[in-house]
Amino acid sequence: MSFLNYLVSGLSLGSIYAIIALGYTMVYGIAKMLNFAHGDVIMVGGYICFFAVQRFGFPPIVGVIVAMALCTCLGIIIERLAYKPLRSAPSLAVLITAIGVSYFLQNSAQLLWTSNPKVFASVVGDGTIQMGDLVVSHVTIVTIIVCIVIMLVLTAFVSKTKMGKAMRAVSEDKGAAQLMGIDVNTTISVTFAIGSGLAAIAGVLLCSAYPTLMPTTGSMPGIKAFTAAVFGGIGSIPGAFLGGLLLGIIENLAKAYISTQLSDAIVFGVLIVVLLVKPAGLLGKAVREKV
Amino acid sequence: MKKLKNLVKSKNNAWLTYAVVVIAYVIMASLRASGNLSSKMSGMLVPICAYVAMALALNLTVGIIGELSLGHAGFMSIGAFAGTSLIVIMQYNGVASPTVRLVVGMIFAAVVTAVCGFLIGIPVLRLRGDYLAIVTLAFAEIIKSLFANMYLGIDETGLHFSIVEKKFELTETGRIIIEGAMGIRSITKISTFLAGFILVMICLIVIFNLMQSRTGRAIMAIRDNRIAAESIGIPVFKYKITAFTISAAMAGAAGCLFGNNYSSLVASKFNIDTSILILVFVVLGGQGNMLGSIIAATALTVLPEALRSFADYRMLVYAIVLIVVMLTTNNPQLKALVSNFKEKFSKKKEGESAGGLANE
Repeated sequence: MSFLNYLVSGLSLGSIYAIIALGYTMVYGIAKMLNFAHGDVIMVGGYICFFAVQRFGFPPIVGVIVAMALCTCLGIIIERLAYKPLRSAPSLAVLITAIGVSYFLQNSAQLLWTSNPKVFASVVGDGTIQMGDLVVSHVTIVTIIVCIVIMLVLTAFVSKTKMGKAMRAVSEDKGAAQLMGIDVNTTISVTFAIGSGLAAIAGVLLCSAYPTLMPTTGSMPGIKAFTAAVFGGIGSIPGAFLGGLLLGIIENLAKAYISTQLSDAIVFGVLIVVLLVKPAGLLGKAVREKV
Repeated sequence: MKKLKNLVKSKNNAWLTYAVVVIAYVIMASLRASGNLSSKMSGMLVPICAYVAMALALNLTVGIIGELSLGHAGFMSIGAFAGTSLIVIMQYNGVASPTVRLVVGMIFAAVVTAVCGFLIGIPVLRLRGDYLAIVTLAFAEIIKSLFANMYLGIDETGLHFSIVEKKFELTETGRIIIEGAMGIRSITKISTFLAGFILVMICLIVIFNLMQSRTGRAIMAIRDNRIAAESIGIPVFKYKITAFTISAAMAGAAGCLFGNNYSSLVASKFNIDTSILILVFVVLGGQGNMLGSIIAATALTVLPEALRSFADYRMLVYAIVLIVVMLTTNNPQLKALVSNFKEKFSKKKEGESAGGLANE
């Protein structure tokens, strides 16, 4: 394989990380919480699509939409039941609750669908395109395109619509936003809904590219994407995009040229170096402390 | 006056904590000696001690320094691998006494982990909040993949070491110590409940004395208000790294104890889940509350075992317990409900006693 091949597959993996990281970063930006259960919503999305397509025989596109719809509902329910009662609690308490939700989702999945890995048939087929030296699978192309589209739509949503404006206001100052008549609770719920919907898409793409589906499928990509969000500057949407892409590319190139086993170590090593040089991530804003 | 009272109270708390640990040890040890303890329960004694020590170590970081660490399993891993390797080497070189091996191994583990903790602390403690948390997580992942790709062997010619691939051949009498992803195998289980008890006591003594000392007060001042502490001339970084190094050393010793309780040791055991498990102990027990950490670590180590009869549902129950406990202890409405209930209850009691007096 040539360098270009590694680069493209890195871009594809990075696009998946970026979509997951967008969910992390939006929730963090607005609710100031690390939603550890996000990775498991990805897994749930993968399972829903799997059953919709392979058991009930829906066309793949319907499967994706069903997965998105159900995951969005799941996100809202989780937010209502587990996170909303803790709005004024210390952040560590919320973090532990999120971990509890993550365990809950993983173990429910294990009970419902057993821990035997399921083979996920790619939603876009197994075809490849050859361009000279470069061999690209359909999944790779679709993943990259979907990621770019999501990025553009999300940026437009946040900067142009009323809800997006409310989100930015809440992320800047919750109290002040409330005084201006913004419904903070609804805004946070919408953020969770969007994040979970994106997680479903990420789940489908992830399983299409790496076709084994298990209750723990989401955890490692979840942690990597979280890393990507911090890498790019947590709370920043372009930061999550950039962080995800870079993380995917670094991981793939490290696998190809340095060592497969040590690729994770290299990824995390790069993260540490970046955070030491830029403590708020690549595109994060350095917050000045007020005394 | 109120402050002074608090000081006295925290001392009392220390004695209470020591007492609870000693009493628990005496009860469990005598139960085991008289054969009244099920084999499952007595097999869990050492892991409980190791997890309690881990929870105390992490509580020093989270509760006293006030920084979130998601990577304490990494320190546990360093301690487990360094200590167990030395113990295997000692065994190879004919050190017969398991007590000597265990003690030397645990001290070595603590020292090695303290050095690593110091080196890791230098970059980590420069960051704040969630960024600090993610970097500790990153270090733990790096440590995990390094140990999973490390090869260490010993024979007459000395130690052999390589990374990623096994690049050495041992002579017939040689012994491979760490074998990549398979870790350390055929370990002689030399960890004892007594060693675990002593480790927990040492951790408690160190932490309580640290909290009462000048260093400890400076560290807590930094936790409560870093800027104020800095402005009165407390060297923030120096104090933080002192406590972080101590915390790492404790985790290392606990790791060594843990590692020598099983016949094999793999790097993947010390992943993010383990770090989070320990964090759960600390948060459920209460940050800065050592007795709470001890109780939470014990209860949550026993709980999944006690739920064995639920078989498949046990981890689900565990998750639900976790969520419900966090909600009831942190939600303002639920908290008010609970305290209301308590108030009513105590008023009723007061009323009863008052009534009793009137009747007389």
